[in-house]
Order: sequence, then structure tokens, then C-alpha cells
Amino acid sequence: MSTAIRDQIQRELVPEGGVASLSHGTLVLEIPAGEVQRTARRLASEFGFDLFLDVTAVDWPGRTPRFDVVYHFYSTAHFFRVRLKTRLSEADPVVDSLVSLYGSAGFMERECHEMYGIGFRGNPDLRPILLYEGFVGHPLRKDYPKLKEQPLVPYRK
Amino acid sequence: MARTTIPIVPSTARSPAFEYFSTKKDEFVGWARKFSLFPYPFVTACCAMEFMAVSSTPYDTDRFGAALPRFSPRQSDLLMVVGTLTHKQAPVLLRVYEQMCEPKWVMAFGACATSGGFYQNYAAVAGIDKIIPVDIYVPGCPPRPETVIDAIMKLQDRIAGSHHPIITANF
Repeated sequence: MSTAIRDQIQRELVPEGGVASLSHGTLVLEIPAGEVQRTARRLASEFGFDLFLDVTAVDWPGRTPRFDVVYHFYSTAHFFRVRLKTRLSEADPVVDSLVSLYGSAGFMERECHEMYGIGFRGNPDLRPILLYEGFVGHPLRKDYPKLKEQPLVPYRK
Repeated sequence: MARTTIPIVPSTARSPAFEYFSTKKDEFVGWARKFSLFPYPFVTACCAMEFMAVSSTPYDTDRFGAALPRFSPRQSDLLMVVGTLTHKQAPVLLRVYEQMCEPKWVMAFGACATSGGFYQNYAAVAGIDKIIPVDIYVPGCPPRPETVIDAIMKLQDRIAGSHHPIITANF
């Protein structure tokens, strides 16, 4: 069953310039950033991918474009996972939000936003979720200094 | 030129009876306080499992009078910081500490509370003693219950042997 859905997705959803591969039983689609929302909408509405598992980013210092944004979807009907990967440049790390498709994307995009500085166009609430107000920088970027602390309480002498 | 004599006994000295009574008072108050440690568990991380183990039947900190957790800092004497402290939580810990009434003691429970443990990053405070004063440190990740009981006994010894001002700074 999962073989059928896999072939169908590969046939219909990989746009020009996109790459499809199989990694540990997960179908991996590498697509341009502009295609993310359209692809996710078709996955949700036509292919039955009803569970949005995660969105996160990968920082590749020295590579251009610098960031990968990685999405995971799961279909409870087909027992099958799909991973979407897209590349974003350091100058304009913005991608379309999936909040309109999956409500759970809101919190995950907030986390990705504060940790990597990825912007999500269309997410109405990108406040910090794990970090505190006033935190400067994006701690999971590779160029954030490992020993840098931003204490809220002044240290005792 | 007449040589001044240095008095052997300072003129402000209290009577020996007062000194004796004061010492016995400290001993008595210390004895009372060391067996009524009401802990406030500031539990933030996985060390909580070991805290539960040491509180419950096989190890039973009730034997040391330190079993009944008070979930109000105003009613507690011993602040047990159990687990990792993050920078986001540090203002909360400071506030809890400041709300506790004197006399109060602080136990840093586990490697993270003691020194930050294996965390050295943007999120974790490298030891709660950067925020509040700590009386006793418990090593281990997590500490064995025996280590915690040893720390409680050492803290009790310190309470029993220290000065307990009740009315004035001297008495």
C-alpha cells in the first residue's frame, strides 16, 4: 500500500528542479521554497497526510544557501512518512507558513523561528516560545558562541 | 610616664552565667530546628525521580524530620533545588528564595544544580550558587539516596552547631 502512495507522490508532487529519494523508508522530497505550501496542501488534502510531525531547520555554515528547512508529515491511513526539504538563503530566510493547513504548525514554527531565525510568512504569532523575552540572537545557529550566556538575574559575586 | 594597665576582662563582658545560658539556648534551638526541616522542593528536572525515591518508604527522610514538603516557600526552611536551572527560571528561583522566612537553608541537589552538570550552553545556569547562596551540595547524576541522606545529616550537624539568634543579634 505504501509503495503505491509512494509512486503516486513521486509522480505527481515532484516539481521541476525537485529531487525525490528514499531514506530509511521515508520519502524525501527536495523542493524549492516557493513550492512548500502548495505541496503541503496537496499532501494534506489529496494524499491523506493528516499528521504534521515537525518543522525544523539545519544550519550549514559556509554553504550557500545556508539553511535547510525540514518538514515531516505522516499519513495515518497509509502508515507512511514524507519529508520535505527546502533551502533558504541567509539574506532572506523566509518561507510560507503552514498554519492554515495544520494548526500544530504554529508552535513548531515559533520554535524554529527563535532557534534559527527562519521567518514564516503568514504565521500570526512568532513570539519566543522556549526562550525568554529579550534574548538576542538565534542559539541553534552554528555561529552562536557556545559559552555565551544572557542571564536574567545578575550573578552573585 | 605611667604605664596603662590592660584590663584582662573587657568591661562589656557578660556574666559567665549568661554565656552558659546562651550556649545552652543555641544547643536547644539547634536541636529543635534540625529535626523540623520543612523542605520546599524546587523540582525542575529528572533528579525529581531520585527525590521521590529518597522521600518514600525504603529511604524515608521522615526519620530526619525532613519529609513533609511545604509547597509554599513561606512555610518552609529548606529549599531543595532538584535539577537543572535555566536562565528563564532563575528569576522564579530567586523570588522563591526571597519569600522564604529566616532561618533558611539551601540544598543543591544533583550535578546540574551544583555546577550546571554537563550543560554548558545558552539555556542552563552553571550552578544555582550564581543566583542564591547554597549551604550544601549533593553530587551525583542523579545522587544516590544515601548521598542525599548524608547531606541532610551534615546539614543537621551544621544547624545543631551554629548560632541561632532569636531576640537580638547576640541572643
